[in-house]
Amino acid sequence: MLLIHCPYCGQTLPEVEFEYAGEAHIERPEDPSSLNDGDWKDYLFTRRNIRGEHAEQWRHAHGCGRYFNAIRNTVTDKFVTTYKMGEPRPDTSNLKGDSDG
Amino acid sequence: MADFRVANKGRVNRQKTVSFSFDGKTYRGFEGDTVASALLANGVHLMGRSFKYHRPRGPVAAGSEEPNALIGTSRKSKGRFEPNTRATVQEIYEGLDTVSQNKWPSLSFDIGEVNDKLYRFFSAGFYYKTFMWPKSFWDKVYEPFIRAAAGLGVSPTEIDPDVYASRYLHCNLLIVGGGSAGLSAALTAARAGADVVLVDENRELGGYLLSEDTVSIDGKSSVDWIAAARAELEGLDNVRILTRTTAIGYYHENMVALAQRLTDHMAVVADNAPRERMWRVRAGEVILAQGALERPLMFDGNDRPGVMLAGSAQTYLNQYGVLVGKTVTVATCHDSAWYAAFDLADAGAKVAALVDVRTSVSDALVKAAEQRGIPVRLGHTVTHAKGRLRVKALRIAKMNGNGKPEGATEIPCEAVLMSGGWTPSLHLFSHTKGSLIWDEESGVFLPGEKTENCHIAGAGRGLWGQQNAIDDGIAAAKAALDSLGQAAADAAFSVGEDRPGTGITMKELPTDANSATARAFTDFQNDVTAKDIRLAVREGMLSIEHIKRFTTNGMATDQGKMANMNGLKVASDQLGRPAPKVGLTTFRPPYTPTTFGTFAGYHKDELFEVTRKTPIDSWAEENGAAFEPVSLWRRAWYFPKAGEDMHAAVARECAATRQSLGMFDASTLGKIEVVGPDAAEFMNRMYTNPWTKLGNDRCRYGLLLGDDGFIRDDGVIGRMSQDRFHVTTTTGGAARVLTMMEHYLQTEWPDLKVWLTSTTEQWATVALNGPNARKVLEPLVEGLDLSAENFPHMSVAECRVAGFESRLFRISFTGELGFEVNVPSQHGRALWEALHAEGQKYDVCVYGTETMHVLRAEKGYIIVGQDTDGTVTPADAGLTWAIGKKKPDFVGKRSLDRPDMLVPNRKQLVGLLTEDPKVVLEEGAQIVETGVKSIPAKMIGHVTSSYWSAALGRSIAMAVIEGGFERDGKTVDIPMPGITHTVKVTGTNFYDPDGSRINV
Repeated sequence: MLLIHCPYCGQTLPEVEFEYAGEAHIERPEDPSSLNDGDWKDYLFTRRNIRGEHAEQWRHAHGCGRYFNAIRNTVTDKFVTTYKMGEPRPDTSNLKGDSDG
Repeated sequence: MADFRVANKGRVNRQKTVSFSFDGKTYRGFEGDTVASALLANGVHLMGRSFKYHRPRGPVAAGSEEPNALIGTSRKSKGRFEPNTRATVQEIYEGLDTVSQNKWPSLSFDIGEVNDKLYRFFSAGFYYKTFMWPKSFWDKVYEPFIRAAAGLGVSPTEIDPDVYASRYLHCNLLIVGGGSAGLSAALTAARAGADVVLVDENRELGGYLLSEDTVSIDGKSSVDWIAAARAELEGLDNVRILTRTTAIGYYHENMVALAQRLTDHMAVVADNAPRERMWRVRAGEVILAQGALERPLMFDGNDRPGVMLAGSAQTYLNQYGVLVGKTVTVATCHDSAWYAAFDLADAGAKVAALVDVRTSVSDALVKAAEQRGIPVRLGHTVTHAKGRLRVKALRIAKMNGNGKPEGATEIPCEAVLMSGGWTPSLHLFSHTKGSLIWDEESGVFLPGEKTENCHIAGAGRGLWGQQNAIDDGIAAAKAALDSLGQAAADAAFSVGEDRPGTGITMKELPTDANSATARAFTDFQNDVTAKDIRLAVREGMLSIEHIKRFTTNGMATDQGKMANMNGLKVASDQLGRPAPKVGLTTFRPPYTPTTFGTFAGYHKDELFEVTRKTPIDSWAEENGAAFEPVSLWRRAWYFPKAGEDMHAAVARECAATRQSLGMFDASTLGKIEVVGPDAAEFMNRMYTNPWTKLGNDRCRYGLLLGDDGFIRDDGVIGRMSQDRFHVTTTTGGAARVLTMMEHYLQTEWPDLKVWLTSTTEQWATVALNGPNARKVLEPLVEGLDLSAENFPHMSVAECRVAGFESRLFRISFTGELGFEVNVPSQHGRALWEALHAEGQKYDVCVYGTETMHVLRAEKGYIIVGQDTDGTVTPADAGLTWAIGKKKPDFVGKRSLDRPDMLVPNRKQLVGLLTEDPKVVLEEGAQIVETGVKSIPAKMIGHVTSSYWSAALGRSIAMAVIEGGFERDGKTVDIPMPGITHTVKVTGTNFYDPDGSRINV
């Protein structure tokens, strides 16, 4: 079972307290009606599905209830780091896969 | 009865005789025996039949890797029978009943053994070849045959009455395996003060060291050293020792699952004592000291009862004091079997020959054999084990310069000890996705790159000999302590009379026998032979994963502990590719078979799932309600009077509500309080409807979409004040809707000043419906004029009802004059009783969810998730009126204009009326065009809701049908077994279409 660091609670806690909430850094368009069908389709359905470090949203559902972002390696399933909602994706080149970031 | 027990050997308690039965016959053993060791002590090797060929089999091993000796065990009470228990693991106790499996009529005479003679027809992949045609044979011939033949033991049919426990545990260091490496690691780490957990799957600590009782450590015998180590560890507060405990799975972040067997070895078990316990251990560091598993040699008849692993024979002798035979032959390609031969010879067995494939071994070994008078046969091969129910002789031959056998001879014996070398036990390491690296010299895979904070120690790293293992355990403990930031004291243990050794690995042993009839088994339990693996390769299986599935090699309950490496060796040879290029199949948890009870733990019966109950549930129970589960809630389904079935009760409840007054517990409705200066803006963005202009004390039907435009939820929403909404959701959707709201609020619109609170369980909700709903409320309401003018349909107000602070909604889910009274949940039952008492004046009828469903269906009110399925848009459901078309945006708005949403033939929600009004359609029934007889007919939709409507005196139904709105007034067909119903497509508002009953 994974251990996940909640950047709001400041604690590293078992996976069962958390919920996955999809890829991170996909902003809902300010004015969806101005998008053409293709761009709206991409916003709705197209995801990176990458092999390696993936930025994704998690929620500390059974804790503080806050959504935050995480970098997780989809090959090893290890969390590289977590950070607060709204913060830019951090540089992970110096981090190895543990969840205390 | 033959006695194979040896004096002064073994760890069993000879003061304590234990009686048990096997196939109805009583045997005696000693406390500390397993079923296998006790039967062997009685001269019994035949313990089971193999899966496919029903070949007679005896134990080939002495531990949890045993593939052959699977038995059924039972305590004398219902549901306590367990199939496929390994006789080598099950300890005996007074009164234990055991049976052999996969035989009829008896173990020694089994009709199924005919398969053995027909083995040519059951070669690898026979399922895929034999059962392909003719197609018509599937139902009647092949499937029943496969089902009858499948499986070894028979599952119990009763519910398991035992209790299973579960615990979490945190520690600095978890050591898996209590052999020499594990013990030295535990002593090193424990002395340094680390918090240590040491687990071993056997009854005693010591591992294979217990089978080498001639070895000494620090001047003590191995057994005394183990006892001293255990005593020291047990004396420390920072050490926990768990025996009879198997580490079954190694998961992320050093979480290891341990299955502890607590009572299966006891004759008397206290009531409700847990049978097994699952430990979920989170360890800072893990040391895997699991040792190595011995491989069989592959020769014709290597599966005959009496043929077993040399190390296991040594274990039977040194741990149980049992000789597996009084005359034995040893066949090996590894030094370790020489020591097994010496131990058995020293204990009084006659070693008829010591056969080694290798042309030379160390002089010391040869000398030690000669001293014992053991005939040594170097450069020899084994071509056949003779005997059926028990091995009678071993046929061996010298290999000439070209490796060809010449001049075979038969050596009579009653047991054969074989060793094909040892495979490091790296299953748990593989669970972590740690890489395995092929070691050319030893011909095995060794641990490579690690993904977790773990260390492998001892034979798991291919190290051989007790000194190597002990030193490696110390090194692993020091590395673990270093990672933990703890200092290690120096530790050293000196081994005397050590037995280090080497060996080679072999494919099938060279033979001069007819290759068409020779069968050398790789997977004993699944009856896979080396020839099957070669056949699989010849038939085009190139990947080890394909070979595994085609032959079933390694797919038995022992998960290939013995079969995988031998299978790989043969596949590699047949493919002409080195073993690492052929690869290994993936090891998955659990390491050994684990009971379902251990996984379930406490999660059974009333603890299996939460049952949510409303504050009014107790009243419903006292008044004879039938209940149904709705998401996690237990809801009153209907309230039958004496003699009523559901149909009669629901018809009565429906009629009473429409005629006078019905009351219903609606407390399970999801409720979310949306509060803040931006509450209206938030509601505008979330829901399709416009909210800005909704007056205080008014409510509105709200429709929630996903951004993909499909309906997610609905519910009536009341505006309590400018900055406060009382949102209701579907019963099942409450948590989902709140999560969705939070997601948008926190990640897309963090600038909005809005707070969301789940209030589902804060309010008890009672719905009153029927022409007399206002009359029953009026005398109980304070602070509110309930008249139609002052409090029209879709109003909400805060007032007192029956003396309780209340939020009172005038809404209807039935089409009748309706109110929903919300009071703090602690007053729910008192409110209910007050309304019920007052309702007596109007013959109030209490109804449940089934009547609620019928009444709403008569009005065409949808239930999200029943009439919609995640592909239904507001337009499909006829709900475009609920969309605020002037709003610039709301969740899902943009998607409503996507091309796929605008095609004319989308499935749309319509009503259905059967030609025969008495026919109630089945929910989920598929719909086709009228008159279509072709098979398969194109399905154009399905029935979503269907009921008998007492008010209309006929059946009604709703359905989603392609182009449904265009079909209004036309017919479609619903084919059912034996009959096709023709139905007319209508609107969904079946009852009181102009809504006059609501607005009174």
